[in-house]
Amino acid sequence: MTVTATSPPKTDERLANVGLVQILLRRPEIGALLGASVVWIFFAFIAPTNWLSINGVARILDPSSTLGIMAVAVALLMIGGEFDLSAGVMTGTTGLITGLLAVKLGMNIWPAMFISLLFALLVGYLNGLMVIKTGLPSFIVTLATFFILRGANVGVTRLVTNQVRVAGIDEAPGFYTARMIFNTEFTFLGAEFRTTILWWIAITVLATWVLQRTPWGSWIFAAGGDPNAARNVGVPANRVKIALFMTTASAAWLVGMMNDLRLRSAVASQGIGQEFVYIIAAVIGGCLLTGGYGSAIGASIGALIFGMARVGIVFAGWDTDWFFSFLGIMLLAAVLVNDYTRKQAEALAVARAKARTESEEAEP
Amino acid sequence: MSRGTPLLETRNVTKLFGSVIALNGVSFSVHAGEVHCLLGDNGAGKSTLIKILSGVHEPTEGEYYFEGSPVRFTSPREALSHGIATVYQDLALIPLMSIWRNFFLGSEPKRGWGPFQRYDIDFAKRTVREELGKMGIDIRDPDQPVGTMSGGERQSVAIARAVYFGAKVLILDEPTAALGVKQAGTVLRYIARAKARGLGVIFITHNPHHAYAVGDRFTILKRGRSLGTYTKAELSREEMIRLMSGADELEAISHELEELARRDVQEDAIVAHVEEQLAESLESEAEALKRHPE
Repeated sequence: MTVTATSPPKTDERLANVGLVQILLRRPEIGALLGASVVWIFFAFIAPTNWLSINGVARILDPSSTLGIMAVAVALLMIGGEFDLSAGVMTGTTGLITGLLAVKLGMNIWPAMFISLLFALLVGYLNGLMVIKTGLPSFIVTLATFFILRGANVGVTRLVTNQVRVAGIDEAPGFYTARMIFNTEFTFLGAEFRTTILWWIAITVLATWVLQRTPWGSWIFAAGGDPNAARNVGVPANRVKIALFMTTASAAWLVGMMNDLRLRSAVASQGIGQEFVYIIAAVIGGCLLTGGYGSAIGASIGALIFGMARVGIVFAGWDTDWFFSFLGIMLLAAVLVNDYTRKQAEALAVARAKARTESEEAEP
Repeated sequence: MSRGTPLLETRNVTKLFGSVIALNGVSFSVHAGEVHCLLGDNGAGKSTLIKILSGVHEPTEGEYYFEGSPVRFTSPREALSHGIATVYQDLALIPLMSIWRNFFLGSEPKRGWGPFQRYDIDFAKRTVREELGKMGIDIRDPDQPVGTMSGGERQSVAIARAVYFGAKVLILDEPTAALGVKQAGTVLRYIARAKARGLGVIFITHNPHHAYAVGDRFTILKRGRSLGTYTKAELSREEMIRLMSGADELEAISHELEELARRDVQEDAIVAHVEEQLAESLESEAEALKRHPE
């Protein structure tokens, strides 16, 4: 056994050479963090009084929270190499199902919520199954699901209620307990926050834990990085993907319930167009569109950037018509920053790999 | 050569894909502590054979024995659980993932209990460092993405992984194909080391020099058929090269190349002629325009 291994102290020396910068750059969420800082500083100058108050923080976190819950689930799915364009409209569908069951059948809110959860899980499962079995891009499969649900949302609601909304959900038994758990206000430091924020934080922590600290995390990265390679070493890549589709559907259900419980009604157009916002938040958070790379915390920060933009425009007293234009600019800037940091990290990594290959070739 | 029961053996294995005969009655075996090289040109059926051995495909006809008893694998996982580990050409490593995640992918060490069961990351990082150290690879940082490692190092990670997980048979699909001379040498050393540890190694390559350096026996495939199995004593390197490509074919190729060169010269002449004519006609057209400026 003539091993060419070098002594351990040398290892540590070279590890030190990696440098803090590269370790930081290697984190996918760094770009999002930079972007969030820029947006925060920007509005801190434009509208300092509102922006820097505790009430301002509460206002920003409100829209960020439900968006963040979705962005985290979508990020997991994207790391797993797939898209779900039906995630946005699913928040509407589950909301409507619960609403219709509660209002039209007079059901208790809990079983109504449970039934819509089952429905969401079923659709998530079918999405995953179709992607796996047909081999079609999930972009197409879930686009079809999106249209089917979008049509059904309006069709069924109008058929049953003669309107495109279901009102009076708060009359259902159990409504207020559910509201207490999923979406109510609480006072903290003198400002009114929503419980959705706590859910958002909990889900981000859970997703990060799963990604970083459990075998499932490795499987998700592997299923998105190279599903064939993953299968060859025994990772149940198909099961992972189906589970991820069911996760985004469940997250959509959660947000659908939060909307129902807050607004006391459900609208047939709920969630349409949001699917891209989720994907954008995940991308800002460092997810690669090609899969196999990304972070749950990053997606949450991406959602926070959206929340800041939405509220910041109001605070700045600008015409909210411009929200989407502002969003577009923000997205572009964030993605450019992301791209730049990633390229820097890659350049460093490639330089190191090259140096290593050369030294390997040169060793006696 | 009677060395008892081979670790792994196929008898008259045939594989059809629709009407395409990918493999036609191939018999093949590997013993413990032996490197058996599988040689052949592209399309010879090497990949099909190893996919049967590793459980990706089931043979259409023929028998497959593992340690003397007939087996039928329906998935790579089954073959793996028997100790047949395959290191694929694309390595089955995920470039964006860290070394330790890749090493334990699909067989993660766990700690904790019930729903709090989690990945034993410390153990994984420590083990990766140790196992690669045994193979002579000194990794600086187990968190480093595999994509940033050199080709030789990546091969070694894949091989070390298979050995660590108790492989009895190691199937290596062209591990030296994309490597420089020095790196290929490193990988060949690991193959010799795996053999010394008592593993049966199936080494697929189309580089006869690499095969000859470490191989004990050689099976040459051509167009889905076996041209026979030879020990090192029975087969010289030159014979092996001749069998692999076919001297006649090489000759035919050199004729073909000459023919192509000659045709190029002719084509050049034709092109030049056409261009000349084109220029002439353009000139006359221009003159005509000058005379009648309509």
